[in-house]
Amino acid sequence: MSRIKSPAELEAFRKEILAQRDPDKPCITLCSGSACNATGSGKVAAALELEIEKQGVTTEVVSRRTGCHGFCEQGPIVVIYPQGICYLKVQPEDIAEIISETIKKQKIVERLLYVDPNSGERATLEEDIPFYKNQKRLVLGSNRKIDPRSLEDYLAVEGYQALTKVLFEMTPEQVVGEVKDAKLRGRGGAGFPSGLKWDFARKAPGDQKYVVVNCDEGDPGAYMDRSVMEGNPFAVLEGLMIGAYAIGANEGYIYVRQEYPLAVANLTVAIEKAEEYGLLGKDILGSGFDFTIKVHRGAGAFICGEETSLLNSLEGKAGEPNARPPFPAIRGLWTKPTNINNVETWANIPMIINKGAAFFSAIGTESSKGTKIFSLVGKVNNTGLVEVPMGASLRDIIFKIGGGVPGDKKFKAVQTGGPSGGCLPEGLLDTKVDFDELSQAGAMMGSGGMIVMDEDTCLVDIARYFLAFLSDESCGKCTPCREGIRQMLKILTNMTKGLAKEGDIDLLFELAEATKGSSMCALGKTAPNPVLSTLKHFREEYEAHINEKRCPSLSCKALIDFYIDPEKCKGCGACFRKCPAEAIEGGKKRIHVIVQDKCTKCGGCHEACPAAFDAVNILSGVPVPEATPEEARAIG
Amino acid sequence: MSEISLQIDGKEVAVSEGTTILEAARSLGIEIPTVCDHAQLSPYGACRICTVEADANGRTNLVASCQYPVEKDMVVRTKTEQIDKIRKVLLEQMLSHAPDSEQLVALGQIYGADRDRFEKESSFCILCGLCVRYCAEVKKKDAISFFDRGAKREIAFLPEIAMQECWDCKECFPLCPTSALQAAYVLTEALMTPSVVPTPSCGGSCGCK
Ligand SMILES: Cc1cc2nc3c(=O)[nH]c(=O)nc-3n(C[C@H](O)[C@H](O)[C@H](O)COP(=O)(O)O)c2cc1C
Ligand code: SF4
Repeated sequence: MSRIKSPAELEAFRKEILAQRDPDKPCITLCSGSACNATGSGKVAAALELEIEKQGVTTEVVSRRTGCHGFCEQGPIVVIYPQGICYLKVQPEDIAEIISETIKKQKIVERLLYVDPNSGERATLEEDIPFYKNQKRLVLGSNRKIDPRSLEDYLAVEGYQALTKVLFEMTPEQVVGEVKDAKLRGRGGAGFPSGLKWDFARKAPGDQKYVVVNCDEGDPGAYMDRSVMEGNPFAVLEGLMIGAYAIGANEGYIYVRQEYPLAVANLTVAIEKAEEYGLLGKDILGSGFDFTIKVHRGAGAFICGEETSLLNSLEGKAGEPNARPPFPAIRGLWTKPTNINNVETWANIPMIINKGAAFFSAIGTESSKGTKIFSLVGKVNNTGLVEVPMGASLRDIIFKIGGGVPGDKKFKAVQTGGPSGGCLPEGLLDTKVDFDELSQAGAMMGSGGMIVMDEDTCLVDIARYFLAFLSDESCGKCTPCREGIRQMLKILTNMTKGLAKEGDIDLLFELAEATKGSSMCALGKTAPNPVLSTLKHFREEYEAHINEKRCPSLSCKALIDFYIDPEKCKGCGACFRKCPAEAIEGGKKRIHVIVQDKCTKCGGCHEACPAAFDAVNILSGVPVPEATPEEARAIG
Repeated sequence: MSEISLQIDGKEVAVSEGTTILEAARSLGIEIPTVCDHAQLSPYGACRICTVEADANGRTNLVASCQYPVEKDMVVRTKTEQIDKIRKVLLEQMLSHAPDSEQLVALGQIYGADRDRFEKESSFCILCGLCVRYCAEVKKKDAISFFDRGAKREIAFLPEIAMQECWDCKECFPLCPTSALQAAYVLTEALMTPSVVPTPSCGGSCGCK
């Protein structure tokens, strides 16, 4: 294919692509994001290719490997269009049947359908599965329609229409105005209004300016940006070019986390294709606008996601923050005005231009517009990536989309906002997904991490866990962050070990205030959040740890003991066989006794004891009763 | 450069654009405590002792005065109850590394810091970076550097460069607020291979420098 030299040529090419595509022809899509590749998507793809040949349907069906569909725990996922029939956990040996039944005879393969764990009902179509039904997939939606390496696929879903519109019908000011009117706020964490930021960079003096994509995504467990980058790199490229045109940049950098090889690979192919077709490079579509992109692989430090650290890292310097101001919009990469946005922020841009600011700003709340992608994990039935309109309640996300907490456990807290986010209790489940509302509640939007916790989770230990992460990932440059986190972590660790002292809560507040108030960058400024939010909503757990040396969730190992209730023990020996530490004294028809000195508190006996007996108790904050004397252990 | 007028602790001042709050305060004779600041080095913002409260553009923020450039009509307060509390905790955190540092002890007395509040840390270093920055910015040798990050961050001499450069320089030693840098150097020296370290007898004249 030769370079496309004008909007007319682009439209002609698009028509040609669409003309070759029959929307009624069955199309088998298979998700091939990192998550599903790990669960065998590659083998399924090979089987699909083979079987299409073997069953002689090459001309009757199209198959396509797409990006992530988000329901990763159910992957690999096969969706058959135009109906949208959705098969989950598909294995290579299922493929023959899918083709012989569904493709050839229009029959559903029942066993591959989604089954609602509560009602037992099956859902045939993707849109009927509760996980998808309650989402609004404006950004992730294209992931299941296109092969991320096919420019043709992207063109078939209106790709590069926004760029054409911007280059030929809008001035840079108008583009900035449209993004401002859309009220888009950055998806990378801080929620800064994107249009305003673009305006700063546009108005900053200087001929050389840069645009940057932040795909560092260091939050443990989060993969929103990875999925967008892997599944729809063209949308990010198109958004970036629109931003570059708006602020007056001709060079862009994409900073991708080292651990995202597939994102880099798909992105690299997308860039090559775009260059080949003249959608990158000199005089794009004959508009006179030049733009080139370089991909940079990050070294994998969480702090490199912070914008000034990222720019330092791009320049080859240590990935440590600089003071702001000056902000990157004024003095960024190589001291030039630079506009840096998150992957998801950039991916929203083509849609805003295509559908208009009014369409976008009609979705969401007063202060937060559009949709947000969350990575829903933890103690929730359906884990995966979910995209919801701003204003959706946490309750709807966790219970309608996530299907609630597994087993008969009770919901306890939801943590949003990444490692320096906050934990919210059941009473705040009606909090809406909204930058300001989440912050007011003591959590934050962050970049979209959402971890559900059940009643077995100790929130003092959770605060400790996040502070341990931040202690490792702080750059260590400034005192309040490095030392403040160090001291808070020591106190929390002591609490979980039963070594806390009176006054520790006050000390935590004092340390938190200094760290929050005087740290250089947002890592330090937000680092006390895990402590402050749990202290705000679960203070009684802290008090129990300090005053009674008791862990109310029975989770902190140093504060619990396992004890077999002699009244309930039937002498079945299940615990005896399970104990890896040989800490149980048993015997046929004898009351079993745990030798406390030997017990490693693995919890194996608690799990092993038949539910009908329920003889193994977990004690906390109370002394373990005297063991039944040897001579009195015979049962019946 | 245009003049920018602002108010610090109730006093009006006009300074040129790009001046930091710390510089502006000093021009008024207002003392703001600092640890990592040095006349010959660019502002670094590590110790955060110089944190002040500033109202600008309708918002009140705590900022590091050594790095924050003055803004038009800014109102700065260099001492508030909150700032004093923060400075106290920061000093206590630094004193846990260097309880005998004269400079820190003196500052600690002003803010009522208890040097035994936190358990003594094994490393003496408060990571103010004076040595590292002096070596890089003034001497342009980079013989000493930061390693690792977070709570594990530390300074260390790079033996290859140190054995060439430090012997005749040692200008960073007196900069160290904890007075312990010299000990760190002696340790590094001890770890160097004896055959390459210049001995007093040759003084480096044999070319081993
Ligand atoms: C410790 C830390 C880590 C961050 N990590 C990321 C990240 O991985 N990805 C990201 O887009 N923004 C991250 N940010 C936010 C960036 O500094 C910056 O605000 C963002 O890239 C701006 O883009 P946006 O306006 O589109 O959100 C991080 C911030 C901090 C303080
Ligand atoms: S706040 Fe933490 S991460 Fe940020 S500059 Fe200071 S030490 Fe580094």
